[in-house]
Amino acid sequence: MSAAPEASATGYDTGELQTIVAARSLAGKRSCFIGVGRPSTAALLARMVHNPELVLVYESGTIGAKPFRVPLSIGDGELAQTADFVVSVPEMFNYWIGPGRVQVAFLGAAQVDRHANLNSTVIGDYAHPRTRLPGAGGAPEIATGCAEVVVIAPHGKRTFVEQLDFMTTRGDHTTLVITDLGVLEPRNGELTLTTLHPRVTVEQVQDATGWELKVADELAVSAEPTGHELSALRELVSR
Amino acid sequence: MAQLVSLPEAIAEVVRDGDSVALEGFTHLIPFAAGHEVLRQGRRELELIRMTPDLLYDQMIGFGAARKLVFSYGGNPGVGSLHRFRDVVEHGWPHPIELEEHSHAGMANRYVAGASKLPFMVMRGYSGTDLVAHTNVKEIVCPFTGERLTAVPALNPDVAIVHAQEADRDGNVQLWGIPGVQKEVVLAAAKSVVTVERIVEQLEPRPGGVVIPGWVIDFVAQAPGGSQPSYALGVTERDNDFYREWDVISRDREQFMAWMEANVIGKVAA
Repeated sequence: MSAAPEASATGYDTGELQTIVAARSLAGKRSCFIGVGRPSTAALLARMVHNPELVLVYESGTIGAKPFRVPLSIGDGELAQTADFVVSVPEMFNYWIGPGRVQVAFLGAAQVDRHANLNSTVIGDYAHPRTRLPGAGGAPEIATGCAEVVVIAPHGKRTFVEQLDFMTTRGDHTTLVITDLGVLEPRNGELTLTTLHPRVTVEQVQDATGWELKVADELAVSAEPTGHELSALRELVSR
Repeated sequence: MAQLVSLPEAIAEVVRDGDSVALEGFTHLIPFAAGHEVLRQGRRELELIRMTPDLLYDQMIGFGAARKLVFSYGGNPGVGSLHRFRDVVEHGWPHPIELEEHSHAGMANRYVAGASKLPFMVMRGYSGTDLVAHTNVKEIVCPFTGERLTAVPALNPDVAIVHAQEADRDGNVQLWGIPGVQKEVVLAAAKSVVTVERIVEQLEPRPGGVVIPGWVIDFVAQAPGGSQPSYALGVTERDNDFYREWDVISRDREQFMAWMEANVIGKVAA
């Protein structure tokens, strides 16, 4: 006998839904490389709700970190104190990330193109940028080392662009792009809208995308957050 | 064998105008006290090397101490931009500087090559990205398999400065928690300074402890709290509130300079 479906929640915001959808994508995964912000929140939520055995890897060298609070930086003390083990930066990239020992990576970016290539370096010309962004960090090698890359980004024309101002990170291994409007997946090498979040239309997503977006023949709709997902998320961010 | 000296003495002994200087510490153990002492001694035209410039290099660049920055991630972790770094790149204030940027994996391997006294390290990476055209890496063909790989040149700074939890009286250093590239940068540099929270009679083995022997270090200086607002695991805590406050302090040039005068230049090293 299967359990009755859990009642869905109402009164959530799109950012919460985006985090919850990202957390669901980690069900059944072994390990996930995460940066700070929404990816970190989503991965901690996944450990609470879907996948308590998920191994969290932060680029500071903390492997198997189990932070109680969402960390501000990738090197907060709690990550080192709760990790299964802690390694140097060369070991992290040469032994763990490069050879593909971490299954999934969560990445963000300022710009995403139709092939899921990412820009986190500059807006404008490299030598005279309008906006200087932080730069590559670990992203280029994480994106080619991990088998499955999940990009988490706000959906808008400033982010989803026809042409990147700078190609920081290659999109070859991207499996999902999770936004606040829906989910894109590569189909024949091009990002294709495959899932809409509840009450979002294809037109809305197209209007927020800087190129003519391909749309899957059979569009799915993301399940509404369950009461359990939403209360766990809110409890997590209130810690 | 490392000499135990005061922080001002250590910095005066090793840092010269124009030097390439790497003050490392990956989020953890960032040597703020030592960097501030470099500024108080008026050093200029430095080639500043750090994987994550963080608040310390935002301060040093904004104060005009750098001619070049070598780095891989110039953000305020979890908060957003480094505003002084952005101002120098976007507007050339207080004066333009040269940039050389890499990925974290590239920088880490450059330090490994430096520590190994090899000319370069080999890795997979950079290829197919726009970084290749804007930085200092070369394609190399594996002599055994024919695979095309990327060679990254060794980093051998004139000076390495790192922070650690403790040292003994012979200058043997132990650090634990996130080890970053602390050992690599000390071994890669021509000269090195390690600041420590405390001097102990004897180093006790710690889980995950990294020991750097005194015979590869030039100077050890005691600087309690010397990595704040970063931290030394088990001794101090990361001041996340200050990382958020810096976002406000550093947005405005005058406010930034006033903060530096009051909190760095006008202070005396402990």
